[in-house]
Amino acid sequence: MTGIANIKELFTRNLRTSGIYIAFVLIIVLFSALTDGLLLSSRNMTSLVLQFSYILILAIGMVIIIIGGHIDLSVGSVVALTGAVAAVVVIRGGLPWWAGVLAALGTGLLVGAWQGFWVAYVGIPAFIVTLAGMLLFRGLTLEVLNNVSLSPFPSEYTSIASGFLNGLLGGYGYDTFTLVIFAIGVLGFAYNAWRNRRARIAYKQTVEAPVLFVLKLVVVAAVVMWFAYNLATYRGLPAVLIILAVLVMVYTLVTKHSVFGRHVYAIGGNLAAAQLSGVRVKRVNFWMFVNMGFLAAIAGIVYSARSSAAQPAAGNMFELDAIAACFIGGAAVTGGIGTVMGAMVGGLIMAVMSNGMSLMGIDQSTQQIVKGVVLLLAVAFDVWNKKRAAAAR
Amino acid sequence: MVALPETQVSTSSTTGRPVTTDRPAGTRPESATRNTTTGDKYATRTGMADSAPTDILEMRGITKTFPGVKALQDVNLTVRRGEIHAICGENGAGKSTLMKVLSGVYPHGTYDGDIVLDGETAKFGTINDSEARGVVIIHQELALVPYLSIAENIFLGNERRRAGGGIDWNKTNAEAAALLEQVGLDETPTTLVSALGVGKQQLIEIAKAISKDVSLLILDEPTAALNDNDSEHLLNLLRQFQAQGITSIMISHKLAEIAEIADRTTIIRDGQSIETFDMSDAGGSSEAIQDRIIRGMVGRDLDNRYPGRESHPGAEVLRIEDWTVHHPTQPGRVVVEKANLNVRAGEVVGIAGLMGAGRTELAMSVFGRSYGRDISGQVYLDGEKVTVGTVPDAIKAGIAYVSEDRKQYGLNLIEDIKRNISAAGLRKLSKNGFVNEHEELKVAGEYRESMNIRTPNVLVEVGKLSGGNQQKVVLSKWLYTAPEVLILDEPTRGIDVGAKYEIYTIINELVAAGKAVLVISSELPELLGICDRIYTLAFGRITGEVDVTSATQEGLMALMTQETTQETKA
Repeated sequence: MTGIANIKELFTRNLRTSGIYIAFVLIIVLFSALTDGLLLSSRNMTSLVLQFSYILILAIGMVIIIIGGHIDLSVGSVVALTGAVAAVVVIRGGLPWWAGVLAALGTGLLVGAWQGFWVAYVGIPAFIVTLAGMLLFRGLTLEVLNNVSLSPFPSEYTSIASGFLNGLLGGYGYDTFTLVIFAIGVLGFAYNAWRNRRARIAYKQTVEAPVLFVLKLVVVAAVVMWFAYNLATYRGLPAVLIILAVLVMVYTLVTKHSVFGRHVYAIGGNLAAAQLSGVRVKRVNFWMFVNMGFLAAIAGIVYSARSSAAQPAAGNMFELDAIAACFIGGAAVTGGIGTVMGAMVGGLIMAVMSNGMSLMGIDQSTQQIVKGVVLLLAVAFDVWNKKRAAAAR
Repeated sequence: MVALPETQVSTSSTTGRPVTTDRPAGTRPESATRNTTTGDKYATRTGMADSAPTDILEMRGITKTFPGVKALQDVNLTVRRGEIHAICGENGAGKSTLMKVLSGVYPHGTYDGDIVLDGETAKFGTINDSEARGVVIIHQELALVPYLSIAENIFLGNERRRAGGGIDWNKTNAEAAALLEQVGLDETPTTLVSALGVGKQQLIEIAKAISKDVSLLILDEPTAALNDNDSEHLLNLLRQFQAQGITSIMISHKLAEIAEIADRTTIIRDGQSIETFDMSDAGGSSEAIQDRIIRGMVGRDLDNRYPGRESHPGAEVLRIEDWTVHHPTQPGRVVVEKANLNVRAGEVVGIAGLMGAGRTELAMSVFGRSYGRDISGQVYLDGEKVTVGTVPDAIKAGIAYVSEDRKQYGLNLIEDIKRNISAAGLRKLSKNGFVNEHEELKVAGEYRESMNIRTPNVLVEVGKLSGGNQQKVVLSKWLYTAPEVLILDEPTRGIDVGAKYEIYTIINELVAAGKAVLVISSELPELLGICDRIYTLAFGRITGEVDVTSATQEGLMALMTQETTQETKA
């Protein structure tokens, strides 16, 4: 196969999966041009990560829920509730920061178990259960906080979101530790890609031409290391980014390679067939929501740590951003399709757009309009792509 | 030849008003007077050649390519006015593609070749274009809205309106009632479609079709989901339409039906039209005609449709005693009543029953109580009483159930072959909750080989496979769970002759390896061909147990329709 045919195939046949990455790159290029490179400054990239980390964390749980064929509208309220619980424990109760973290996680798990019970064992559609949850947990947040904000958190707690790891290995004007961590990540990625490629060749699958493969790795490595260098020259590695990276890796593994992940895809793809194949559908649905509650709690901790306060209105509309991230990232409304990585890129697309538009001084109302249109176009593209694939059959 | 329908206008003048060609053909005097005996029907037809084209449809040199695949290559199809024309071919041969070209699903310009309808070249851009010309297609998958009434479904998209634009309900329901009478369905037009069985729903599809002034009716596997009674009714209806001058094209895998009803048959194999022949020249008896069709479809003689096997039943593996199942949503309604049956190792046991007799319900309730409520009775495996309250329990106990509807209950169509095959046996492939994907790939590859699943690799989406290959994927999935008992519910529904033979061969290999196999089937010849023993089920009760050596179709049918139960033999 010639290189040109190869590139063409990469763009056409895998449009569904690669389209999102191409769009991501285009959006970055567009906004860095519009903001005269401000978007890609070290300082801005660091704050972008910090600012949108909680949406990305929510999107990890949300994409699993969506793959399973459900939806969760309550996560914004759960973010507020878990932050409020942490605040009550740490600020009002004077207990150490980790007690607040544990209390928040416990609350998230309880919330997830509550919603999972109604969805899985009573059989109420998730839309209804979580719509109720949205009201319920917002109300509980107000109760817990007595309708007022609680602040400030002690510095140990806020460093979860605003802390940086740097200086561990020294460096001149940049943080060596950050670079080393990223380099390890890149090498791991390259090794994994190479192993996959070998497995595919062994199984007589089509693979890209060697040149293209190496080129792809080089591009990815260059982009990632450049990003790392920017972080390193600013304040080092944000703690949030470590949390996020660990979550992404763990959940990529879970969705792609675990039995639980398989069962989620099976339920979303064909519920009846999954049931008759011995999938314990109720149990899987239940744990999906418990997991969502857990991740919403992490997002709640990060958010409250970042703002150093628990506010009654915290997390408002977060659910919609998280859901949008999943759909922009290629998840199917009908379930059975989606990836954690896709949801992350979808979330980043939204992040870059909001951030870029803010830098340009575009007001909130216009931003909302643009985001709405992008969401619509992303799903329209997906639908068009599916039709194209069906016609090619 | 440009023979436009002036003559038809003139013949219709007897009714006092001009009629265009796409009026329901039932009003045409020439059709009413034609002789329906097979012998001279074409003589009558050629006599009319001067009044209207003899051939209502001619498809010439149709070639349709999808990226990388030539689905149809230079296909020719000629359909004579007023005939019932069967199209036969294995799954994936291109029958449905051809019909989609004809009905405008694939618009003009996306294929090569010509469609000549009533002597005029047709260039359909949409389905609406073809319907306007009287070509109506009824797809295999019924397309009715369950929570709308019969009348609403019939006139969906074609609503009967009042002058103001609102729907004229009186007219809608009155016309629907007339159409229902025409198709022989005794239901009120306001009944919800969800309340009806598949057989009746199929009739509503037909009523919907004839409400559209059809002159050429295309039926894609109309009887696939129907039981014998409903099928017979439908075939009679087609004959009645024929008498009214409606031409029908019918795709079917049920060769006996084709032998019974079709005037001519066109064989399609590997995207090419192989031959068209008159059924009257095809050998006389139904068997001879079927053999003739099979020969054309597979391109060789299939000496025996059922592979031979020596029967050596061993010890009893599965026994069900006093099994009673109630309907899941209608309390008090008994679906299966005190059923007793057993299956031995190395034995194929059949369950024969009409649709609604409780066959699937019996099987699914045994398989981890997947159906019904208030289930009572005992299940014994290898002589030991077991409780199989959930599907995982059933799988662990060594029971596998291959559903009758593989798309609905058997497969995740948007996933690849590999993941479908491993779906029920992930336990065996995983450690600490994570799947060993190298092993999975290997296992799937082995099944692809041994089951002869025709795909380049196991990473192909299951939804893209033909019915026969899909069924092999489902079978692979269950074989990988290493069951002792396999319950196969309609294992060959909707798959072609060649693939059927392969499935029978697999069944034989299973029993040779000492497995016990329970087969549910609507096709009595199939049960007689592959089983050792057959239970008959009627109205939820087991009405008989027959050894295959002494069984006949007539005998089984008598037991299957018997309303009062007799004591089953233990």
